[in-house]
Amino acid sequence: MNKIDNLIKMANDISNFFNADPDKELAADGVAKHIMRGWEPRMRHDIINHYQQGGSGLSDLAKMAIAKLSEQAKV
Amino acid sequence: MSINKEQDFGTPASAASQTVALEIDGFTVTAPVGTSIMRAAASIGIDIPKLCATDSIEPFGSCRLCVVQIEGGRGMPASCTTPVAEGLKVCTQNPRLADVRRGIMELYISDHPLDCLTCSANGDCELQDMAGAVGLREVRYNPVETHLQAVKDESNPYFSFDPSKCIVCSRCVRACEETQGTFALTLDGRGFDSKVSPSQNQAFMDSECVSCGACVQACPTATLMEKSVIDHGQPEHAIVTTCAYCGVGCSFRAEMKGEQVIRMVPHKDGKANHGHSCVKGRFAFGYATHKDRITKPMIRASIKDAWQEVSWEEAINHAASEFNRIQAKYGKDSIGGITSSRCTNEETYLVQKLIRAGFGNNNVDTCARVCHSPTGYGLKQTFGESSGTQDFDSVMQSDVIMVIGANPTDGHPVFGSMMKKRLRQGAKLIVIDPREIDLVSNSPHIKADFHLKLRPSTNVAVINALAHVVITENLADDAFALERCDVASFEKWKTFIAQDYHSPENSEAITGVPAADIRAAARLYATANNGAIYYGLGVTEHSQGSTMVIGIANLAMATGNLGRDGVGVNPLRGQNNVQGSCDMGSFPHEYPGYRHVSDSDTRNLFQQAWQAELSPEPGLRIPNMFDAAMDKTFLGLYVEGEDIAQSDPDTQHVLAALRAMECVVVQDIFLNETAKFAHVFLPGASFLEKNGTFTNAERRISPVRKVMTPLAGYQDWEVTQMLSNAMGYPMNYSHPSEIMAEIASLTPSFQGVSYEKIDELGSIQWPCNEQTPSGTPIMHRETFMRDNGKGLFMLTEFVPTAERTNQKFPLILTTGRILSQYNVGAQTRRTANNAWHSEDRLEIHPHDAEDRGLKTGDWAGIKSRAGETVLRALISERVQPGVVYTTFHFPESGANVITTDNSDWATNCPEYKVTAVQVSKVSQPSEWQQEYHKFSENQLELLEQGMANG
Ligand code: SF4
Ligand code: SF4
Ligand code: SF4
Ligand code: FES
Repeated sequence: MNKIDNLIKMANDISNFFNADPDKELAADGVAKHIMRGWEPRMRHDIINHYQQGGSGLSDLAKMAIAKLSEQAKV
Repeated sequence: MSINKEQDFGTPASAASQTVALEIDGFTVTAPVGTSIMRAAASIGIDIPKLCATDSIEPFGSCRLCVVQIEGGRGMPASCTTPVAEGLKVCTQNPRLADVRRGIMELYISDHPLDCLTCSANGDCELQDMAGAVGLREVRYNPVETHLQAVKDESNPYFSFDPSKCIVCSRCVRACEETQGTFALTLDGRGFDSKVSPSQNQAFMDSECVSCGACVQACPTATLMEKSVIDHGQPEHAIVTTCAYCGVGCSFRAEMKGEQVIRMVPHKDGKANHGHSCVKGRFAFGYATHKDRITKPMIRASIKDAWQEVSWEEAINHAASEFNRIQAKYGKDSIGGITSSRCTNEETYLVQKLIRAGFGNNNVDTCARVCHSPTGYGLKQTFGESSGTQDFDSVMQSDVIMVIGANPTDGHPVFGSMMKKRLRQGAKLIVIDPREIDLVSNSPHIKADFHLKLRPSTNVAVINALAHVVITENLADDAFALERCDVASFEKWKTFIAQDYHSPENSEAITGVPAADIRAAARLYATANNGAIYYGLGVTEHSQGSTMVIGIANLAMATGNLGRDGVGVNPLRGQNNVQGSCDMGSFPHEYPGYRHVSDSDTRNLFQQAWQAELSPEPGLRIPNMFDAAMDKTFLGLYVEGEDIAQSDPDTQHVLAALRAMECVVVQDIFLNETAKFAHVFLPGASFLEKNGTFTNAERRISPVRKVMTPLAGYQDWEVTQMLSNAMGYPMNYSHPSEIMAEIASLTPSFQGVSYEKIDELGSIQWPCNEQTPSGTPIMHRETFMRDNGKGLFMLTEFVPTAERTNQKFPLILTTGRILSQYNVGAQTRRTANNAWHSEDRLEIHPHDAEDRGLKTGDWAGIKSRAGETVLRALISERVQPGVVYTTFHFPESGANVITTDNSDWATNCPEYKVTAVQVSKVSQPSEWQQEYHKFSENQLELLEQGMANG
């Protein structure tokens, strides 16, 4: 698997866990926080980039979460 | 130093709190109710002669050497089987007793070879001692029949059985039953005909014997004797240290002759093992001096080159300059390191310090990534601490024991024996495992009440169904949950788990477990006085490993099974120091004590102590290091005591990444698989050659002591220190105790730990601080360790793994381990343990085998989406149809060639336990195996060339 596919899979896997929460805002926060605390900056940078280019392959919740990360990265 | 034999009190201690006072030979003694007279006497230094009693097993009263007289009492009772009573007046020595004892000894000796001077037990034989103690001077009997011609059994590689010396005291039989729980030995016949033998008169190696050595240790004569003692004679001094194999962390006395280990004897005062051990710790230490040990540093420019032996200085400087060069060219983050669970706490701490402070990044990871990282995550989230909740002894208070995805009798044998003891006392057992482990029905006098034989990868559906029953049948301990846990999270979880789709009936189609069994098991666990959960890699090594750990924690909190003896959530750790290496800050996002690198208070603390600027960003995990290597952004790696080329999944990807790196530095005792891809080899020290500490699965910090000089000249922490200094980050420790002092000063849960205290107490269970100065056997007694003190419930949706079976890959491969071999096998493969397991085999159900025309012993080709390998087939009903199973102890097996890159969502712990495969009959090893064999042979040649030139 190439690197970006791997990151997409990782982001989707994380989202699958937090998706159990009926409150999707909370769920997206959970995903974003998990990525923020666990992923090395190069990995975060790559997934944000991918998201900004349309984010194909990312689940809805993963997209919501990475949107949040992308916002944080701008600040 | 002396051998300083441990005192034998003759019978086990009584746990009673009530005491009685009595008089023995005129001295007053107080002893707990239930204590034997023999033990009470021993406690004040009066040794009553004995042969068939020893304090590790219950007394039997057969030799009668221990008789005493009691004032006002009749006859001569055996002191080993007679309990103390208030006001007794006991006499242990008088002429009548002496007569009786001499008579008994005369009988024994008349049927015993008189070759004491040349006997291997000379100097350590209780029969000899007793002959002396009773003053035996002549043997009047001349028996017509004796056992002197009985034939020796030399089948076990580590000990011999010489029945001509047997006094039929049955200590061995009782040790095998009570201490080990294997029941391999029998005492048959009566009178002269009575004799001890393994199983039905078999040789040891053909019997059920698992070679734990408990019988050898219990034997008072030379009948059962370590071959190492027969070969080398009695040891002359002993040093207490800790086993370097599994997470039980048994305490041992290394019994030595000079710098040579003669035997390892489990230490009676060891709080993890109480004087017991398994075949690995007791016998499989020969690897430490195996001829394959590499003792000279080596370097080479490319992995195609021959190795070149160099001085330590040259090797260290070369590694340092390569790392500096790579960082200068590709950036600070282009190098990193891997710590090992086989190394000590102090060594691990030092490697992560070198990486964080010296390399200037957080690219440090550890082999726990591939085993228990989900435990760290799941238990930290729910309970607030990344560790098991109990001490091992707690199991003796459990009423219902749930074992999930673990095989304690093979993976954690000494704890397995303790658990078996509790089960024989009547505790109930629930096993959740796709395979029939020994505990289910293959251990004498034990039968699982429920074996939930689930489909691999459906753990979370099972734990949810169990929890569903607990909530919907009102079996929860609401009072506990409401008082001790975060109430909002409890309410939310209850709503989630009560939904109908979690019911056992609805999940049966997914899990394959009959709904009625789930309901009954849930009721059993929830209504137990004390319900305890033990789990292993069958929980963690899944794409939902962390979810399952959380699910287990939820279930324990909901039923109030936390915070006291007999309950808890207990991960059984694989390697000896998995707990310790995680505690010591081996993960890329956490400092020692599991504090996040982005937490500025903690970071400042470390910055000040280490005098270095630290990165607030998490570093790369092992699999991400490999990805980055393929990307050419990560090119230098320092690997201490780990074998990622063999132990990590998707071998082809790992090897490609290793080949892509510019400088791989491996520090190990052998040229392991990873070292075949290395540019610098730094020879490591075995656990016998260094000082430090290991932390076992119950958070117990135990001493590791140097019993011989390091073969390569340095202990591993010294090597890391030299590398750090050469890279320009100064380290100046003169002893590991100074490293521990630094750890204690920076880590709240270790605040009270010091070498002095470890010496004083023998071992310490963290947290150890001002509130708990002698450590913490049971955690979360009053509050949980989370910031607000409350346990957190989390939602655990079952998400099927992406690894699916289909027509092309119709079987599920799952992996595990066996008793005699240890992990990647680098140590045990270099011992006589191969007598039990000399190759990895593929277990396959008779139906699946028949469909494929496979018989036991045939080559079975195993193909997955990732790759292909070949193993010998073993037809077995232990696995269910549709599931195949193998161990991964031999590199040529290439088990990880077929495992995929699926991993746990939270920690990327690989999904070792589930790989969709096809199996077919083939005629030879796979292409990968053949190529690997060639590569490996070539690397060994390059090593030999180097040694020849060196
Ligand atoms: S070595 Fe252990 S298992 Fe084997 S007979 Fe002795 S006590 Fe039993
Ligand atoms: S083998 Fe040793 S322990 Fe066993 S009965 Fe004989 S003398 Fe006793
Ligand atoms: S391998 Fe484990 S159970 Fe066996 S002696 Fe060592 S620590 Fe104890
Ligand atoms: S030691 Fe008491 S009867 Fe043998």
